[in-house]
Amino acid sequence: MEIRKIKADTIVQTVKKLFMDCNYFIGDDIMTALKNAEKTETSPVGKSVLNQIIKNDEIAKDEQIPLCQDTGMAILFVEYGDKVVIEDGSFEDAVNQGVREAYEEGYLRKSIVCDPVFDRINTKDNTPAVIHTKIVNGNQIKFLAGGKGFGSENMSAIKMLTPSYGIEGVKQFILDTVRNAGPNPCPPIVVGVGIGGDFEVCAKLAKQATFRSIDTQNSDERYANFEKELLKKINKMGFGPAGLGGNTTAIGVNIETAPTHIAGMPVAVNICCHAARHKSAVI
Amino acid sequence: MKKITLPLKDEDIKNLKAGDSVLLTGSMITGRDAAHKRLFELIEKGEKLPVDIIGETIYYVGPAPAKPPYAVGPAGPTSSYRMDKYTPLLMDNGLKGMIGKGARNKAVVDAIVRNGGVYFAAIGGAAALIAKSIKSEELLCYEDLGTEAIRRYKVEDFPCIVVIDSKGNNIYETEPPKYNRE
Repeated sequence: MEIRKIKADTIVQTVKKLFMDCNYFIGDDIMTALKNAEKTETSPVGKSVLNQIIKNDEIAKDEQIPLCQDTGMAILFVEYGDKVVIEDGSFEDAVNQGVREAYEEGYLRKSIVCDPVFDRINTKDNTPAVIHTKIVNGNQIKFLAGGKGFGSENMSAIKMLTPSYGIEGVKQFILDTVRNAGPNPCPPIVVGVGIGGDFEVCAKLAKQATFRSIDTQNSDERYANFEKELLKKINKMGFGPAGLGGNTTAIGVNIETAPTHIAGMPVAVNICCHAARHKSAVI
Repeated sequence: MKKITLPLKDEDIKNLKAGDSVLLTGSMITGRDAAHKRLFELIEKGEKLPVDIIGETIYYVGPAPAKPPYAVGPAGPTSSYRMDKYTPLLMDNGLKGMIGKGARNKAVVDAIVRNGGVYFAAIGGAAALIAKSIKSEELLCYEDLGTEAIRRYKVEDFPCIVVIDSKGNNIYETEPPKYNRE
């Protein structure tokens, strides 16, 4: 395979479009799930909330404005082909430039502060982005990008379970995390679960799981069944749309897994609101 | 659906019951984490606030920028519990109403009952829809905070639901158990 040269601006424009699009256009997977839930929701208030969320997402699409004011921290999962050379700049700078232009020109909210504890001064362009890069064989770059709101992010949790906890321990931790979140993360939620890896891989898996469309399932049948079981159990909790009561607390549970250590069974739960925004592109 | 005029009257607050769907019309202020911290610290120091909060209703929101020709940008509620640390002191100094989303702690519920206040929830993540009921915005103070600055919103038929009423009834506590099938 030959080396392929690309211009930094190609990355800038791709990233810019991804972040504008994901904030204006909710995915078909989410819209379908919301419409189905509106039919099956038994609480009248819950039904009305779902109806308003659907209307909201339609307004955002029609007017090309953000569907939620929290346009998120810019997160990217990138598969970078090892035969790709950027001839006039750096990859990280180009990605951040794309984020900068999307948030500035797209009327998206700038929500990033430069220091977590002492300064907390807004960077005013929503950078830096969180960039997860995997080097793969090939001459393309694949982007999966999304804005992650922090109302739901703050409800996320990780636990270093050990093997003897088994599947029951994993289930308990996931359900406890959702229960503790209650009405706060803008239900109906998407629950991203990471199991395995080490501490940081596990958290990253959970985020990747929330970035997977909810009309897909884990390729391993055992985990696919576990996803279904968890979704059913979560929807029996009763929080409902906006936490005001009902049988639609979650619209999806996605699990991602990775090999782990003989002593470990880490589980991370990344909670996402119903504005589960992600778009992908290949250049 | 009850129509309520802002600023809130004590009599209206008394008649609001947890679970009531309401449409608010009138004037409210906005503020979230950073602005709350500043107001709280000023009260603690005994200094004058840059905005009069007596009788006010505050909306926990950090709006997205307005895209022309719209007057305001998408503006849905942010999670209220992050303001819990500051709310009792603000209520004891005159704040009457709050609009946000999600649970409040006991100190806030106690402050609501003590001061005859009310806590409304707007629908989280319905920012584009909610913005339709916000007719104008005016910067009041803390411009340096960007989206977190304190603004005045003029609203018409702003949709929300009474979650904690002046008696301390709380539908986040009472409604979900009715749908619990565990």
